[in-house]
Amino acid sequence: MSENNNSGGEKIIVVKNLVKTFKDFRAVDDISFEVEAGKIFGFLGPNGAGKTTTIKMLTTTLAPTSGAVLLDGHDPRRSPLAARRSFGIVFQDPSLDSELTARENMKLHAVLYGVPWSGQSARIEAALQFVGLWDRRDSRTKTFSGGMKRRLEIARSLLHTPRILFLDEPTLGLDPQTRNHIWEYIQTLARERKMTVFFTTHYMDEADRVADEIAIIDRGKIVASGTPAELKRNANAGTLEEAFIALTGHAIREEEASAKDRMRDMGRIWGRR
Amino acid sequence: MSIIYILWLRQLKRYSRSRARIFASLAQPLLFLFAMGFGFGPTFAKAGGGSYIQFLAPGIIAMAIMFNAVFSGVEIIWDRQFGFLKGTLVAPVPRLQIVLGRTLGGATVAMMQGAIVFLVCLLAGFRVQNLALVPVAAVFMFLIAVLFAAVGATVGSLIEDMQAFPLIMNFLIMPMFFFSSALFPMKNLNGILTALLRINPLTYGVDGLRGAFTQAFEFGAVLDFTLLAIAAAVLLAVGSYFFSKIEV
Repeated sequence: MSENNNSGGEKIIVVKNLVKTFKDFRAVDDISFEVEAGKIFGFLGPNGAGKTTTIKMLTTTLAPTSGAVLLDGHDPRRSPLAARRSFGIVFQDPSLDSELTARENMKLHAVLYGVPWSGQSARIEAALQFVGLWDRRDSRTKTFSGGMKRRLEIARSLLHTPRILFLDEPTLGLDPQTRNHIWEYIQTLARERKMTVFFTTHYMDEADRVADEIAIIDRGKIVASGTPAELKRNANAGTLEEAFIALTGHAIREEEASAKDRMRDMGRIWGRR
Repeated sequence: MSIIYILWLRQLKRYSRSRARIFASLAQPLLFLFAMGFGFGPTFAKAGGGSYIQFLAPGIIAMAIMFNAVFSGVEIIWDRQFGFLKGTLVAPVPRLQIVLGRTLGGATVAMMQGAIVFLVCLLAGFRVQNLALVPVAAVFMFLIAVLFAAVGATVGSLIEDMQAFPLIMNFLIMPMFFFSSALFPMKNLNGILTALLRINPLTYGVDGLRGAFTQAFEFGAVLDFTLLAIAAAVLLAVGSYFFSKIEV
């Protein structure tokens, strides 16, 4: 938290004293951090630690109780539209329309993000080529595997050439081959397009491999931050996983199923999508 | 404009790709048309009401529009559940445009469904008295569709869970259908029933539709249009308000 002051370049994500309380529960408890432009930033923590709540506040879908956020200079509360233009996001679960084809999903997204009509087709083709889905452009996304959907969402989030990309557990539930592919895309984006990547994951080996900087959150507070090497050194651990457990303890965290989760289960029982 | 258009187009594509839904949502209005239309027909005629199919058909067309429009609004719940909604809500777009696009798309789909039921009514013996007034009927169909798509959007914004949906159908939508002028004439009803019919916006939608098709207005086209348009505008505002409050 402290060592990156005044060092390096532009701070594209700035979080200061961010707090979110639900009734008497402090889900996010006074956290502060900064992310430098062009870096890959891993945001790690056990279930229920406050990761998703933080991402929601950063991406304008949840209002903070107090504290400040700046995304590429924009305050998500005061100018939500400008803040939204500055980032792309891939959610934990798919957010595609399964009845539409890959290209139609891309087109819809391009219009939502105000990509000029004249440039849309070229950008859509380039993005689909990038993730290797151009051949499947006219298939409905309900026929796609989990990995293909995730790739399509990454392609979609690039259409408006955002400076920041948020990825909430981008490799959850995917096989090792697909996971490697996805990290390759992400690293290419950070390297070649100078995109800033903010991701969460439970796979510590992946975070160790790809992240330039990591912050670990637990019980709403940031308990450690730094490069993967620094975290391992400070915790006297051989792997990031050991460091993570040393910092956050062994207890298993319980999370209550939300109404949405329960409904998703019902949807499965009824055989919809 | 392009945002409203692309979300409108999405509703149409989803509709045209789901043949099962097209047929499924025809079942209920056709059941009412044939069972009630032919079942009560002789009694209605003997009581001096004339042809019951002629009376009932506009009510059934309104019913088809109403149910389809509500369903399309309630699709917000499915979109929320399957993640699509999140994607639109983090886009740099005012939510008003999103809800307008969705609602107009749902209303258009509902009108198409109403048009199919209209054609089936013609097969069942329904006759339009003045073809020049069909565009007037289309205006009333559109207003009914927007009104109930907005009701659906309100419901879809307020409830997160499909389990509450049967409650809404049984305690709001079905009563609005039965306590309208869709199934029976307004004459000689008791006071409570008359009052219920008069505060129900669907009554004016059905009356406008029936008047345009068969020239049998109860209130007249201007009053029907005015009240229905006001109700649709108010509900659209209510639906947009609650949609803007959704947190995902």
